[in-house]
Amino acid sequence: MTIQKMSYAEAVLTALNDSMIADDSVSLIGRPFSLGPTRVLAKKLKEKFPTRVCEPPTSEAANAAVGAGAAMAGARPFVDLGTGAFSFLAFSQIVNEAAVCNYMSGGKLRAPVVYHVNHGVRGAGAPQHSHDMHAYVWNTPGLQVILPATPNDAYGLVRSALTNPNPTFIMSHFKQATMMGDVELGVSIPFGKADVKRTGTDVTIIAVSLMVHAALEAAEQLATRGISAEVVDVRSLSPLDEDTLLQSIEKTGRVIVVDESPLHGGVSSGIAGVLADRGFKYLKAPIRRVGRPNTPVPASGPMEEYLVPGPQHILEAVASIL
Amino acid sequence: MLDLDSKWRYFSNMLLVRRFEEELIALYKTGKFSGHFHVCIGQEATAAIAMDLLAQRDHITTTHRNHGHMLARGVSEKIALAEILGREAGMNSGYAGSFHLTAPELGFLSTSGIVGGAISLGVGGAYACKQRGDQSVTMALFGDGALEEGVSFESLNLASLWKLPLVFVCENNDATLWTPSGTLSKEHAVSDLCDLPRLCGIATKSVAGLDLNELNSTFTLAIEHCRSGAGPFFIEVKTARWPGNRTQWPEPVTGRTDLNMALGRQTIPDEDREWFEVNDPVLKIARQLANEPAGDSKLLEIDIAITRRMEVAVEFALSSPYPNARKALDHVFA
Repeated sequence: MTIQKMSYAEAVLTALNDSMIADDSVSLIGRPFSLGPTRVLAKKLKEKFPTRVCEPPTSEAANAAVGAGAAMAGARPFVDLGTGAFSFLAFSQIVNEAAVCNYMSGGKLRAPVVYHVNHGVRGAGAPQHSHDMHAYVWNTPGLQVILPATPNDAYGLVRSALTNPNPTFIMSHFKQATMMGDVELGVSIPFGKADVKRTGTDVTIIAVSLMVHAALEAAEQLATRGISAEVVDVRSLSPLDEDTLLQSIEKTGRVIVVDESPLHGGVSSGIAGVLADRGFKYLKAPIRRVGRPNTPVPASGPMEEYLVPGPQHILEAVASIL
Repeated sequence: MLDLDSKWRYFSNMLLVRRFEEELIALYKTGKFSGHFHVCIGQEATAAIAMDLLAQRDHITTTHRNHGHMLARGVSEKIALAEILGREAGMNSGYAGSFHLTAPELGFLSTSGIVGGAISLGVGGAYACKQRGDQSVTMALFGDGALEEGVSFESLNLASLWKLPLVFVCENNDATLWTPSGTLSKEHAVSDLCDLPRLCGIATKSVAGLDLNELNSTFTLAIEHCRSGAGPFFIEVKTARWPGNRTQWPEPVTGRTDLNMALGRQTIPDEDREWFEVNDPVLKIARQLANEPAGDSKLLEIDIAITRRMEVAVEFALSSPYPNARKALDHVFA
């Protein structure tokens, strides 16, 4: 096994590269421009696979439809839709076509297309460039919803997506693009497996995407106060690894769910609902959610910062249940 | 033909927009604001003419490349700059940033940073105009990229079917994104963008974005066409790519525009010579005005006055506090 240190964005492109080598039917539809500070790598990919890296016009609906249709016809397109909000223009193609074709064909059709966007509050993105897409897409049965938080997870989960028989929506948080980490090359990470990023006994912090890093930071601070926090990275919202989440709260009896999307109808609410349904008996205190207030994201820095959940909010939530 | 007073007035407006964008790039480079932004250098003439010819009651929709439209319509450079810098005194109290400047009191509807947003919202504005029956019109300003979106076809079709008073203005600046190979990608299967509205039976005209007279007559014709109830009109304004506008983080490749280049008092560098000699609309109108009696000194006086105005604007914006962070919770609903 080769381990290599690289950025999150490099890990996504490296996974693409490796999948393209492994499978001739894999291709990229998208402007690698949007895959972060990796122009050089994207250029290499284009040079290496000139006919399999296709740069489309600004036509998200058509791009997503090409991905879905081509996947039904046997191709494996990785469609990069850029900033998360742009995928709204392609929603019908994703949720009305790709996500349900297997179901409505009575199991006869498959659409193994991969959609990728950069999501989240990114700094001065204002309301139209700061969307968290995962709550929107999680409510789409038939669509796999994946949010890697580290370079290694990004690599392994992209590799899995490109061999999986179902449509997948992968979200990369803008602020993770330059994060560095060791990547196990050639190793796929299966969907539906949450990852315990830090073990602990007093409280469980369940987090998604960038909030995993906020949770780890909070856990570090809790440790200095003698509180042992376990951090569980959900990674895969659909399929959801309910068992790993439940096992953790069975151990700790206390849980905080952290996510950047707005609280109402948000991902933290959905996860809290699962825990309440199946794990109430383990809980010694109420489930606490940490998320964004139910507002759009403003352009101005101080107002934006006010809305974004971070380690401090997690610490306050932990204090309220310990 | 435009009279001389109008030309001077338009030149002043254009120069204000140019100095504003140049200042913005400088402020960005010195870390005074963050996020990406788009400038309209090279497109000032369109803004000056289009915003001047619309009536008070008309509506306008525009895009992330909106600064010129706002200033030419009469928004103060002070509050526009403060907004982009995320300050409390900004025209939208810091919620909008560069992408979404809007001034409903001057006819602007929502300013969309989503490609295809402005063209389609404009159809809504024109629908409201027609419902009111007051001969008002809506102008939707968008880039050539908008015509890559499916909603643009739907908008053209609907506006034509319902004979809506909508002036479509496609500012074709060819500002395509970079491809990984470093070349510019081709985005349109048609070579003449006017073929698209023509398919829907919409009257069209393509005009150079450098010529104030031609812009004036085209925009006048289009607005009258829409006011008369004859349905939408599509204008394609062809502007040359500013050598620095390729990226979303524009770089001041041509530096601060030196009007002395129009007066023959400053050598034109070989690099970007075509831009300076042919494609820059500000220098082009400056060359014409320089030939008027005392034109050259008047040009420089105007520049000094506008430069001073921008200094005041920068001071104003930088001294305005950031909004109270808790205000992030306001205005979610009206």
